[in-house]
Amino acid sequence: MAVAAITPDYTGERLDRMENFNGNQVVYLGWDHHLMFCAPVAFAVQPDTLFSKVLDELIPGAFSQHPEFDRVDWGAVQWHLNGEAFTPQADVALIDQGVDHKSILRFNTPGLDGIAGTGS
Amino acid sequence: MSTRKLSLKDKYRILTRDLEWEYSYRDYREIFKQEAFEGIKITDWSKWEDPFRLTMDAYWKYQAEKEKKLYAIFDAFAQNNGQQNVTDARYVNAIKLFLTGVSPLEYQAYNGFAHVGRQFGGVGARVACQMQSLDELRHVQTQIHAMSHYNKFFDGFQDFTHMHDRVWYLSVPKSFFDDARSAGPFEFMVAIGFSFEYVLTNLLFVPFMSGAAYNGDMATVTFGFSAQSDEARHMTLGLEIIKFLLEQHPDNVPVVQRWINKWLWRGTRVLTLVAMMMDYMLPNKVMSWKESFEVYFEEAASALFKDLARYGIEMPRYAETAILEKEHVSHQAWSIFYNYTHAAAFHTWMPDDKEMDWLSEKYPDTFDKYYRARFEHWRELERAGERYYNPTLPMLCQTCQIPMGFTEMDNPTLTAYRQSVYQGERYNFCSDGCKDIFDHEPEKYVQAWLPVHQIFQGNCGGPDIEDVLGDYYRINLGVDNMDFHGSPDEARWNAWHNLQPAEDKLKQAS
Ligand SMILES: [Fe+2]
Ligand SMILES: [Fe+2]
Ligand SMILES: [Zn+2]
Repeated sequence: MAVAAITPDYTGERLDRMENFNGNQVVYLGWDHHLMFCAPVAFAVQPDTLFSKVLDELIPGAFSQHPEFDRVDWGAVQWHLNGEAFTPQADVALIDQGVDHKSILRFNTPGLDGIAGTGS
Repeated sequence: MSTRKLSLKDKYRILTRDLEWEYSYRDYREIFKQEAFEGIKITDWSKWEDPFRLTMDAYWKYQAEKEKKLYAIFDAFAQNNGQQNVTDARYVNAIKLFLTGVSPLEYQAYNGFAHVGRQFGGVGARVACQMQSLDELRHVQTQIHAMSHYNKFFDGFQDFTHMHDRVWYLSVPKSFFDDARSAGPFEFMVAIGFSFEYVLTNLLFVPFMSGAAYNGDMATVTFGFSAQSDEARHMTLGLEIIKFLLEQHPDNVPVVQRWINKWLWRGTRVLTLVAMMMDYMLPNKVMSWKESFEVYFEEAASALFKDLARYGIEMPRYAETAILEKEHVSHQAWSIFYNYTHAAAFHTWMPDDKEMDWLSEKYPDTFDKYYRARFEHWRELERAGERYYNPTLPMLCQTCQIPMGFTEMDNPTLTAYRQSVYQGERYNFCSDGCKDIFDHEPEKYVQAWLPVHQIFQGNCGGPDIEDVLGDYYRINLGVDNMDFHGSPDEARWNAWHNLQPAEDKLKQAS
């Protein structure tokens, strides 16, 4: 039983199925231990967006105001996709490397611990 | 005809239990269609003990007297320009949050109790729910009247019902009540009657009402007093429903336990808004959120659940997490609203030095370690004329709908991420509690109206975020939103009191 309901075999409308996003999919981005950004951020992007766009546009757009942003060594960044370790390929489409609708991309920047080392 | 006056006991019996009749030509199950589908077993409604003995005529008389006094004070407050006597204009933002976030819940409670008051086979339960329904209608009305005076002098109050249905952070309390009202009647009673009105009520009303008292807001305090005797009745009803369900049938115990787990978690998530109000929005502090959580949840709930242990009920499943989080949630929530104040219908600001010190003192294990440097950085940006606003939209939890600002309690600077895949689609959550709630009833929560996703789908106007905020949410941009410093609210307040804005003082001094 997937819900207690008066109607037998009740099913709910999936409000966020991908078809509703006009050709886009939702992707979430979070920078670990940098809570000056109060929560991970959400983007609606086309599934065939190259990962390089995430690196060159989305991430700077969301996180460049952090005082440590310019010091990020992008070669040393550790990525997670939906909780699993992940090695992104810059010139491959998101969907072709498993970044699908409502996926979470997290990155961790070793050596950078946030404002005054407090994870902010 | 005899004119003998009825004894109170007879009158009560005639006006409540005697209203019931035998169902001779319709099947009981057809009349009370919603009584069985949740898996609750009722064997004997006559075992229901009326939690309070109040007849309708006494109810009207008593409430009318309270109302007369209440409105006399509202009038006096208005005539004396009470709005000028609050501690400072920042305080009024707590009231904006109350009117847009909490008062509409009173209306939802009125609807909910009116509905379940029709669904129960037991007449005693039906009458009690009907009375609470009326109380809740009165609460929403008197709250609107208490706060309408502020609407004449401060921004952000004007469209509170419209905003409640649309604005991103108001979807948190709204969806909480929508969840309860779309559940079956017994779950509604455990959700609202027991978990909210009995266990959590002090964590909502004491902060707001004492907050009002400490900050010179006589209108809101007086509302609080006039609701107190109602709330006492609501608490006894909440406790009766739990005891009744647990005593009726042993099969009810696991169902009720699951509802308690769910609703106390849902409730503490909603109360995050109250936590930040207490710690950040009251110029005169009552006590810290942490302290009030200790008194009104940890102490009170542990006594209550010790008492319920004889029925086989245990402490709610996520209580341990909620207890650890008392050190963090107010700071995390204030960070969220500070990030997105341009999208809110009230103002935020950074604490001043004295307030920072108060936070350090009240949160010796967390404030300096995790939050102070962040806030000082934001304050420096503001002083440099670059007040920080987050230019993006946040990721939301599918269940509680709060931006994902909560962290792992064993690693407090790491965002807590949880995910489920249901029928091929990913769903994301802020916590184990929110994930488990989804996993148990996914067909309910796949329907969540998540404000950020709705914006992306084009359902909230646009194309720009400004259009969403201005046209769809009806926030007066540059007036209702943004930092308190520089707001029209602040300017008016300063003009009333011949105060200079902090910036001008600095300029003159240099
Ligand atoms: Fe109420
Ligand atoms: Fe109540
Ligand atoms: Zn949640």
